[in-house]
Amino acid sequence: MLLRELSEARGVSGNEGPVRDIILEAVGDLVDEHRVDAMGNLICLKKGRRQSSEQAWPRKVMIAAHLDEVGLIVTGINGDGTLRFDKVGGIDDRILLSKQVLVGQEALPGVIGYRPIHLIPRKERERVADPKKLAIDIGAADKSDAEKLVQPGNYVSFRTAFQVLDEEGLRTVKGKAFDDRVGCAMLVELLKEDYAFDLYAAFTAQEELGLRGARVAAYAINPDVAFVHEGTVCDDLPKKKDLSPVTELGKGPAITFMDRSVITDRRLVKLLVTTAEKLGIPYQFKRVVSGGTDAGAIHLTREGVPSVVVSVPSRYIHAPVSLLSLSDFDYTVKLMRAALHTLEGGLES
Amino acid sequence: MKELIKKLVEAHGPSGDEEQVRALIEEVIRGKVDQVRTDALGNLIALRRGTGGGKRVMVAAHMDEIGVVVTHVDKKGFLRVAPVGGVRPLTMVGDRVRFANGTIGVLGREKWLRVSTLPTWDQLFLDVGATSPDDVPVGVGDVASFVRPFTDLAAEPAAELHLRHKGTGKRLVSKAMDDRIGCAVAIHALMQMDASPNDVYFCFSAQEEVGTRGAVVAAFGVEPEVGLAIDVTDTGDTPEAHPMAVELGGGPAIKVMDSEMITPPSIKRWMIEAAESLGIDYQLEVLERGGTDARAIQRSRAGVPTGCLSIPCRYVHTPSEMVDYGDVQAAVRLLTELMSKEIDL
Repeated sequence: MLLRELSEARGVSGNEGPVRDIILEAVGDLVDEHRVDAMGNLICLKKGRRQSSEQAWPRKVMIAAHLDEVGLIVTGINGDGTLRFDKVGGIDDRILLSKQVLVGQEALPGVIGYRPIHLIPRKERERVADPKKLAIDIGAADKSDAEKLVQPGNYVSFRTAFQVLDEEGLRTVKGKAFDDRVGCAMLVELLKEDYAFDLYAAFTAQEELGLRGARVAAYAINPDVAFVHEGTVCDDLPKKKDLSPVTELGKGPAITFMDRSVITDRRLVKLLVTTAEKLGIPYQFKRVVSGGTDAGAIHLTREGVPSVVVSVPSRYIHAPVSLLSLSDFDYTVKLMRAALHTLEGGLES
Repeated sequence: MKELIKKLVEAHGPSGDEEQVRALIEEVIRGKVDQVRTDALGNLIALRRGTGGGKRVMVAAHMDEIGVVVTHVDKKGFLRVAPVGGVRPLTMVGDRVRFANGTIGVLGREKWLRVSTLPTWDQLFLDVGATSPDDVPVGVGDVASFVRPFTDLAAEPAAELHLRHKGTGKRLVSKAMDDRIGCAVAIHALMQMDASPNDVYFCFSAQEEVGTRGAVVAAFGVEPEVGLAIDVTDTGDTPEAHPMAVELGGGPAIKVMDSEMITPPSIKRWMIEAAESLGIDYQLEVLERGGTDARAIQRSRAGVPTGCLSIPCRYVHTPSEMVDYGDVQAAVRLLTELMSKEIDL
């Protein structure tokens, strides 16, 4: 399964190479052209059926998903051979303790070690450990020993094996970095069909640091319309109040109407909703306006690009283990394929 | 002009939902411009072509207003909402909002744990009079704007008295003066302009309140040589206000600086000289917190000399924003003059 490979690949922001390589292999025969730009975005073109002389809109459609994941970066080596680190992307300090990680290109195993409970005074247990005081232990004897294996600037990713949890029902799987490897897997699925327009699939770099890759990718592609695909927040565990979760597992693709970075194009939202209703595909809205995605950068490119975000709900993102439903994934692909084919005939206002 | 202002401010148009305002403006300016188009983000861009030899100028006034967006409908038919732009819970409880389809809702709050505390957005809800989710006429993702009619305080009896005794009392109040008053000023300047050497692009921009997004792409498209935003600014003339040397009735303000841009000296000179040549009272504005479309135009492509003509406005980002009609009329004269003459920076 491609999602397994993508989830287990290591691609913290700025170091997306391994993920890009897997995708390059997967899209090999599906695309007419591909290139890697200065930021590390992988931009693939699947040419449309339509002759360039035909008058039609849209001519160029961009689909985007980001390659990078949140993680850590080594900032120094302590005298005892442990590694100091900083966070890359949005990570809650509370999730760091005792996690297994992989360090550097060689993927050295390590652990963000912490004293056992026996040695922690009760008061300290009530506080969140300062990440500046944490260190990664790779088992080195001392500083010079560690220096042979690791350098400051080496990237660190969480170590999580992909696993199918449930073959039936919601078909849940667990793994790391579903934000946004599930989007990458979607793009590959969408490239398997032919469309009337030119389809540009942008696998973007450095989204987690501020939509940096998508900004330049969209400028270069100059698309007429853009779809961004994400593994998005899913918090469907029981709540005290009658308040809806942001998204729910198993309830189908999540369509964004607004977040911190974009107010999505009304016509595209309508296209997705009517397509879903026509085909009987379950869908949901992302019911919170926080967070941002590559659409935030893409829709402001050049003279503006009508953009929308369609996501696969993923529990526990921005942490070592996330969880999603393959049924949601399949529904999202099905919805997007149908919506793209409808878009071949233009966009209703 | 008041009739146009009334129509503009009472129209529904939170960020991203500017359709009604756009249709209204398009109708008013039809036949008065050489070219008009709506771009991918919903900016309405109208060109008054010049006689030649002048500059390509972009004038921007934003169509959108602050509002709320529905995020959830609960089992009893109450709605939860999130802010669109800089709306604060302080002004919300007991207020009413209206959706594009006319649905009215009242903002309520959960039980008051402490009367002295402000509610958070999580503690507010919207009551549209429904008894179950099935009879809620709007849905998740729909946006609403405040309900507050246009009021001409000068036309009220009390103000008539005030007018006789003090010679003032020209205040107008409504929701969405920010920035429909800017739209009204731009529209009037567009109508009053005679032959001008400049190609003037009047851009009625979208999504300013969520980060000057419309102006970012409009400026890229227009590629202006000079930019000018028309927007409201705060004042320091109310009891115990944060100190600010701008007051209602003191004339339009020429922005010197806000938290997102600094006006180039050449632009300031250009605006000041025009005001002085017309004998218009003006004020110089330093706004400590806030920004306008001018910031987006200024940073477009390789950079654009850009200024901002501000209409002093009290109670900005509340449902009752107040401006002075004299300031508004003077702003029209100043903008008309600026656009009509050759621009030598």
